[in-house]
Amino acid sequence: MADEFILSIFRGDADGGQEVEYRVPRVEGMVVLDAVHHVQAHEAQDLAVRWNCKAAHCGSCSAEINGVPKLMCKTRLDEYEGQTVHIQPMKTFPIIKDLVTDVSWNYEVAKKIPAFHPTVAAPFRMQQWDVDRIQEFHHCIECFLCQDVCHVLRDHQEKSQYYGPRFMVKMAEFEMHPMDRADRIPQIKNEGGIGLCNVTKCCTSVCPQHIHITDNAIIPLKERVADRYYDPIRNFFRKLGGKGDESQPE
Amino acid sequence: MAQTSQPGVNHPKPRFGKMPYWVEPVFTLIAFSGFVIYALWEVLFHNTGTYHNYVSPFFSPDIAGWLGVHILTALYVAWMPFVFRFSCYYYRKEYYRAFTFHPFGCAVPEPKSHQTRPYKGEWKINNLHRYTWFLAVFVLIFLWKDVVQAFIFPNGFGVGVGSLILLVNAILLTGYTFSCHAWRNMIGGRKDCFSCTAHGKKPVSYGIWRRVSALNVFHGWWAWASMFSVWIADLYVRLLIMGVIHDVRLF
Ligand code: SF4
Ligand code: SF4
Ligand code: FES
Repeated sequence: MADEFILSIFRGDADGGQEVEYRVPRVEGMVVLDAVHHVQAHEAQDLAVRWNCKAAHCGSCSAEINGVPKLMCKTRLDEYEGQTVHIQPMKTFPIIKDLVTDVSWNYEVAKKIPAFHPTVAAPFRMQQWDVDRIQEFHHCIECFLCQDVCHVLRDHQEKSQYYGPRFMVKMAEFEMHPMDRADRIPQIKNEGGIGLCNVTKCCTSVCPQHIHITDNAIIPLKERVADRYYDPIRNFFRKLGGKGDESQPE
Repeated sequence: MAQTSQPGVNHPKPRFGKMPYWVEPVFTLIAFSGFVIYALWEVLFHNTGTYHNYVSPFFSPDIAGWLGVHILTALYVAWMPFVFRFSCYYYRKEYYRAFTFHPFGCAVPEPKSHQTRPYKGEWKINNLHRYTWFLAVFVLIFLWKDVVQAFIFPNGFGVGVGSLILLVNAILLTGYTFSCHAWRNMIGGRKDCFSCTAHGKKPVSYGIWRRVSALNVFHGWWAWASMFSVWIADLYVRLLIMGVIHDVRLF
C-alpha cells in the first residue's frame, strides 16, 4: 500500500489547459475531495473546486474521476489503489475554471417546469401509499451528473431540444402526484423532448442517489406520451367516449 | 506525466464496475447477432418443430397449419416475439448501445461519424410496444399449452429433459412478458391516484401494479434469460428431430 496518492487534476479555463500532477499523503478512508482540498491547501491555492456539504447532500462537487461522472465527496481514493487518479470537470457544461463548470443552463430548464398545481387548495388529505411512488424523486440533490453523462446533451449538445434526465425526474414528480392537476404531457413530448432519450440508462448508472431515473421516471412518462399521442385505438375510444386521460384527475 | 488537454478532450476511458466499458456491448453484439442468425437458419430451413409431444417455441402456435401453408412455417410465429423484443425498453438500451453506438458506453465519446449526422432520438415505431405485448401474450398462452403436452407421453404422465426445458422456458417467458414496462403502465402505472376511484381503499389494480413493478426491476434479467431459454428449447427439439441426441426420460 503506497503512502501517497497521485492525482492528475485538470487546470485551466475556457481557453484550454492541462492536467497537472499532485501527490497527496494517504489518510485512511479519504475521499477524492479530501485530496483535492489537500492540494488546494498546500500546493495550489488557486485551484477552483465547488463543494459545500462533503456529505453527498448538496450536489456541488460533481466531476469526472477517471472518466466516470461522480461526486468527489462520495468517492473513496482507495478505489484507485495503484492508479493515477484523473480528475476533470464535467464535460457537458461550459468550463469556468479548473473543476468548476457553469451549470446555469439547468436552472433555466428548471424555470420552465410548471409548479405543483393542486386539485384542491391545501391543506388536503391523500393516501401515503399513493404518494410513495414519487418519494424516490425527492431524493434528487441536483448534482447534474445524469445531465453530464446523457449522450443527448454530452455528445449531441441538444440542450435546446431535450430537458435531460434530471428534469424528466422533476416532471415525473409532479405528473405522478395524486393531487396535481396540471397537464404536463404535451410539454414532456414537445419542448421537453422525451423522444430524444433512447433509454440507454447511463443517467441511472451515475445517479449518486440511486434514483431509478429511466425505469421509474422516463419510461413511465414515455408510456403516458404514447397513451396520448401514439395509441390509435386508445385515441379512438377517447374521442368516442369524450373521456379524459386517466393520468389526469378529472 | 502532465498531458495537454482541452476539457473534454483526452478524457480517460471510463470504467464502471470491474470490467472495461466495452465488454457489455460487445457481448450484446455477439449474443444478439448469434441469436438472429440462428433464428434465420431455423425459419428459412425448417418447416416443422414437432418431435412427438415436444413443440419448439419457434413453431407454436401452428399458424401456418391453420392457414394451410407449408413453407416458412416458423415465420408466422417468430415475427410476434421479434417485434415485442425489438420494441422492448430493455432491448432498446442494449441495441442502441451495441449496434448504433448511441452511446457505446456511458461517458464514452460517440464515433466521429455521429457529429455530421443529426441525432433524432428514438425510433417512433417503438411507441407501439403496447400492441406487441398482446402478441407476446397470445403466443405465451400456446407455449403453456405445449408445456402441459410435454408432460404427457403415450403411456401417460412423464418427465423428460425436454419437458423440463419447455417448462423453464415458459416460466422465463412469463416473467419477461409480465415485467414489461408497457404492461406496467396499462395495469395501473398510468394512474396518479389509485385511492381516488376506490373510496380511499387499495384497489386490485394497485396490488397488481406493485407486483409488476417488483418484477420489472429485473426486466433485463428476464429478457436475457428468456432469450437463451428459447434458444436452448428450440435447439433441443431441433437436435431431437435431426436424431443427433436422444431425449432422456427422468420418469
Ligand atoms: S437513458 Fe435517456 S436520459 Fe438517461 S442518459 Fe440515456 S438518453 Fe439520457
Ligand atoms: S437525478 Fe440523480 S444524478 Fe440526476 S441530478 Fe438528481 S441526484 Fe444527480
Ligand atoms: S460536497 Fe456536497 S455533494 Fe459533494
